Amino acid sequence: KEMTVRDALNLALEEEMKRDEKVFLMGEEVGQYQGAYKVSKGLLDKFGPSRVIDTPITEMGFAGIGVGAGLAGLRPIIEFMTFNFSLQAIDHIINSAAKAHYMSGGDLTCPIVFRGPNGAASAVAAQHSQCFAAWFGSVPGLKVLAPWNAEDAKSMMKAAIRDNSPVVFLENELMYGQTFNVSDEVLDPEYVAPIGKAKIEKAGKHVTVVTFSKMVGLSLQAAQQLAGEGIDVEVINLRSIRPLDRATIIESVKKTSRLVTVEEGWPHFGVGAEIASTVFESEAFDYLDAPVERVTGADIPMPYAFNLEKLAVPQVENIVRAIKRTVYRKK
Amino acid sequence: MRRCATLFATATVPLAPQKPYLIHTAGRDLPQIPKEVEIESENLKSSLEMMLRIRRMETLSDQAYKMKKIRGFCHLYIGQEAIPVGMESVLNYEDSVITAYREHGWYLTRGGRPSEVFGEMFGKIGGSSKGKGGSMHMYLTKNRFFGGNGIVGAQVPVGAGLAWANSYINGDKAPKAVSVSLYGDGAANQGQIFEAMNMAALLKCPAIFVIENNQFGMGTSKKRASYDTEFYKRVGFLPGIKVDGMDLLAVREATRMAKDYCLAGNGPIVMEMDSYRYMGHSMSDPDSAYRSRSDIQTVRNERDCVVKLKSLMIETGFIDEEGFKTMEKKVRKEIDEELAIAEAMADPPLSELTEDVFSGERYPIRSCQGTVWL
Repeated sequence: KEMTVRDALNLALEEEMKRDEKVFLMGEEVGQYQGAYKVSKGLLDKFGPSRVIDTPITEMGFAGIGVGAGLAGLRPIIEFMTFNFSLQAIDHIINSAAKAHYMSGGDLTCPIVFRGPNGAASAVAAQHSQCFAAWFGSVPGLKVLAPWNAEDAKSMMKAAIRDNSPVVFLENELMYGQTFNVSDEVLDPEYVAPIGKAKIEKAGKHVTVVTFSKMVGLSLQAAQQLAGEGIDVEVINLRSIRPLDRATIIESVKKTSRLVTVEEGWPHFGVGAEIASTVFESEAFDYLDAPVERVTGADIPMPYAFNLEKLAVPQVENIVRAIKRTVYRKK
Repeated sequence: MRRCATLFATATVPLAPQKPYLIHTAGRDLPQIPKEVEIESENLKSSLEMMLRIRRMETLSDQAYKMKKIRGFCHLYIGQEAIPVGMESVLNYEDSVITAYREHGWYLTRGGRPSEVFGEMFGKIGGSSKGKGGSMHMYLTKNRFFGGNGIVGAQVPVGAGLAWANSYINGDKAPKAVSVSLYGDGAANQGQIFEAMNMAALLKCPAIFVIENNQFGMGTSKKRASYDTEFYKRVGFLPGIKVDGMDLLAVREATRMAKDYCLAGNGPIVMEMDSYRYMGHSMSDPDSAYRSRSDIQTVRNERDCVVKLKSLMIETGFIDEEGFKTMEKKVRKEIDEELAIAEAMADPPLSELTEDVFSGERYPIRSCQGTVWL
């Protein structure tokens, strides 16, 4: 069945709210306005105002209230209009939610989902355009998921809601309207994706590309382009930033001997840096035939002007060139 | 009513705004707001002209957005023009101003040009931030305008800091300048605003906290977002005044009172401007979801700041219908010319990508092409 990422998320929310009445959605404009990006469209009518709660513009307040409700046994889904605004609430995500289970010796449990659009959006400049995968990915106690297509969105959202730990769920605004085919298996209301498992979107033998979210699509395009030149690219969709599926990455690099990471976020201390370190620290290091390449967003706040913005976010061409450098470089 | 028919005609008129002032003294002696005010023809003409200028600029921005010349978010100020223009009649460029992303009007009243506003939204090098900030990020620090913040409520503690700098520099003496921090009724619930107010009160900062109550925080009416909608007296320990924010004179005289209060070293004061935005929250907001066309039309008919000031000036003989039409024409021509200037501006050079990351310094910057450093 053809489905947009937005509809897949909406369906996952609806199914999980039907399945468990402890699940509720809270955030700015999620109810009467039908969601700033329409992900929660129709849910207020279906579940009523006690389960789809419009909040004031008070991120720290409603994130903290969500954590409290989670600690008390409910299963809150907290929507940030965009993840840029999660910075207003980051203390509750990290200090109240992520660390609760550990610092209570396992006594506190907070099954909460923080979700919303993440990453570079279009033409909204520095304060509204950045990727938080590395930020949240560095925090023990948080699970961090980043879906790419409609199947990821539906199956991973359901996994996040059913998980007993705090989950940060990074959607992508520019992917909401994209349509993908969703298999019958994933459409089954009981189908849930495994958390912590990467997915090989395209098998290949010459070079491994590890990426996530919107960049999966661009990496597949790069792979397709390079196939015409005889370069067979393996594209790994991480799906889960934390826990990180180290085994799949290591096995792939042992097979291809070359690694390129692709992300929208900044290079310093980023997801690519962690993946590269994972490989250097493993037995796959001995298999590498070329230095690891990282394709990342440019190391600057996001500019507004169209010509500059394009240079600040990875394009297919950047991925193609990085792969070529990796593949052509001799030992 | 009219005193003399010279170029600098003046008149004394009763100060009786459509929405009367409401005052929360917090137990303090506040300067009185007069029952009558002296008005002066040239001064009001320039205020009227500035309101028309903002309105025309925003109307052309609306059109340019629909023609896809402006990208991303764009929040227009039509309906709320009396707030910046009325306040600026009392403020000067020693006073600091900071607001959120609905800042185009303030950029003009702080001395910026419409071409720089258009240029910024077109992403051009001649824009106020060299095209790097867009609609939400315009600044003019030489006239103490600090923008331009995209994060709801975040400008308020920063504005209190601007105020603190004023009293810091002047030590134990009364401050010489105030700081104005503007935020909406939607932002009014952000916790950091209360944190800033408490500290500003402890530190006796000359801070004027201004709630631009346009009745909606994005698509949520104030009643659905705020348990207590009497914003001017919400923080019990700070004095506050509720002002008809669509009446230029009401805004002007309340600002004069607030500024006098702050400059006497009394600490912060709150102003709530009762206002209305005629446009959606941003260009991508279909405001039909939460209000009707007739709601907007009613406010336009009954409270519009341009209509109100024009009527007053006609009554006092400061302007006549013909004079108003001439003024409108002049403003139209000026803004059309400013738009043309912006349209002729060049794109930022690609070298701008890596400029301005640090102040006065430049280090190699990693590009999207990995190990290719810029």
